[in-house]
Amino acid sequence: MKNEKEIIDENIDIEIKLFLEAILLKYGYDFKNYSITHIKRRLLHRLRTENVNSISEMQYMALYDKNFFRLILADLSINVTEMFRDPLFYKAVREKVIPILKTYPYLKIWHAGCSTGEEVYSMAILLKEEGIYDKTQIYATDFNQLVLKKASDGIFSIDRIKEYTINYQKSGGKDSFSDYYTAKYNSVIFDKSLKENIVFADHNLVSDSSFAEVNLIICRNVLIYFDRVLQNKVINLFEESLITGGFLGLGTKEEIRFSKNFENFSTFDASQKIFRKITV
Amino acid sequence: MKTENKYNAIVIGSSSGGMDALRKILSVLPKSFELPILITQHVSPSSDNYITQYLNKLCKLEVKEADEKEKIQVGKVYFAPPNFHLLVEKDKTLSLSTDSRVNFARPSIDVMFETAAWAYGSSLIGIILTGANFDGSNGLKIIKDFGGLTIAQDPKTAHSPTMPEFAIAATKVDHILPINKIGEFLSEL
Repeated sequence: MKNEKEIIDENIDIEIKLFLEAILLKYGYDFKNYSITHIKRRLLHRLRTENVNSISEMQYMALYDKNFFRLILADLSINVTEMFRDPLFYKAVREKVIPILKTYPYLKIWHAGCSTGEEVYSMAILLKEEGIYDKTQIYATDFNQLVLKKASDGIFSIDRIKEYTINYQKSGGKDSFSDYYTAKYNSVIFDKSLKENIVFADHNLVSDSSFAEVNLIICRNVLIYFDRVLQNKVINLFEESLITGGFLGLGTKEEIRFSKNFENFSTFDASQKIFRKITV
Repeated sequence: MKTENKYNAIVIGSSSGGMDALRKILSVLPKSFELPILITQHVSPSSDNYITQYLNKLCKLEVKEADEKEKIQVGKVYFAPPNFHLLVEKDKTLSLSTDSRVNFARPSIDVMFETAAWAYGSSLIGIILTGANFDGSNGLKIIKDFGGLTIAQDPKTAHSPTMPEFAIAATKVDHILPINKIGEFLSEL
């Protein structure tokens, strides 16, 4: 027998399913293959913040108030990131991947789910220091236009610069990190030259297709929010978008072993989760 | 055989002094222990898997860091990886998240406790151990609200009494047990 709290919780789960269906029908954003628990945490957080009584009431608000929907969209997107996140990943890119990329006449790199862009600027700095920025085109994509705008502005809070500087150094940074930004009040503005070769674009991994053939895809701590069905779909999209010999860099707890596309990849760096496409 | 299987999982939250407390509990559990155990121990974001390796050597149960989408199984002890929240899905699989810190912590005990309560309802056991902060108090209350069993380490036996004290203040916990008795209590359930 379920108790009262368990019955309420069961109803909340039904309301969330209906809410996601409504969002898909109205706005075309499909969150049905996201981790349900993740979505539930975010929606209940919004519910408490807005002092709304139920998910059903929020569904009404999201349908009739576009600004409220934008808030929901921001809630459901993944917006926690940092510069040179997991410095050892960037160290592996610098020391193992870049020497191979250097052999190509020109390069394309895709940051999928780039959020506010901290890792994109990290990559730009790395490429400059390795002397291959000028022959590289970087695509930085996200489905959330608010975070994309922030990414293209290249302005970040000064609070975390100390942490980023340490990350930069641990990742094998060669210069002085402060050379790359100007501090103003409580913000830092990253050097304009870093984004000369970056295109910030709206792209949804759930519904959009491949748009270029690239040498390297960076997609870190995005797949963990997807169920296996969507993970498979996205890994297939990545395989389609990579040249043979191209690299895929994932988050430290992400895997492609389970995917049917795995046989087309080799493990390039197991601990830093860097894979390489081996077949056409 | 399984006549009174009231509980289906155990969640444990620990912080400062937690390694020793966890060792005292986990090392006495038999290999045949019938409930999976999920643990959030506060650790620095950059720490390695030392804790799980250390405890795996000392325990009869398999102790490991949780992988994303992993199916929760009996006979295993899962730790939240450093810098990730550990969430429980309704289908009894594990999810990881890099969402913002909760109570200044990632992994956060509250996040694991609340999502585990959603998944397991009244068949969950929640345990708060030693710690110098208040993470887990809210989560333990949610477990209690769902009809689960709540346990706090007796603060007098805790390396840092604050966390169990906060939990006891926030919830009428079912049992307050000295650290040396918790493993025994779980074995006899």
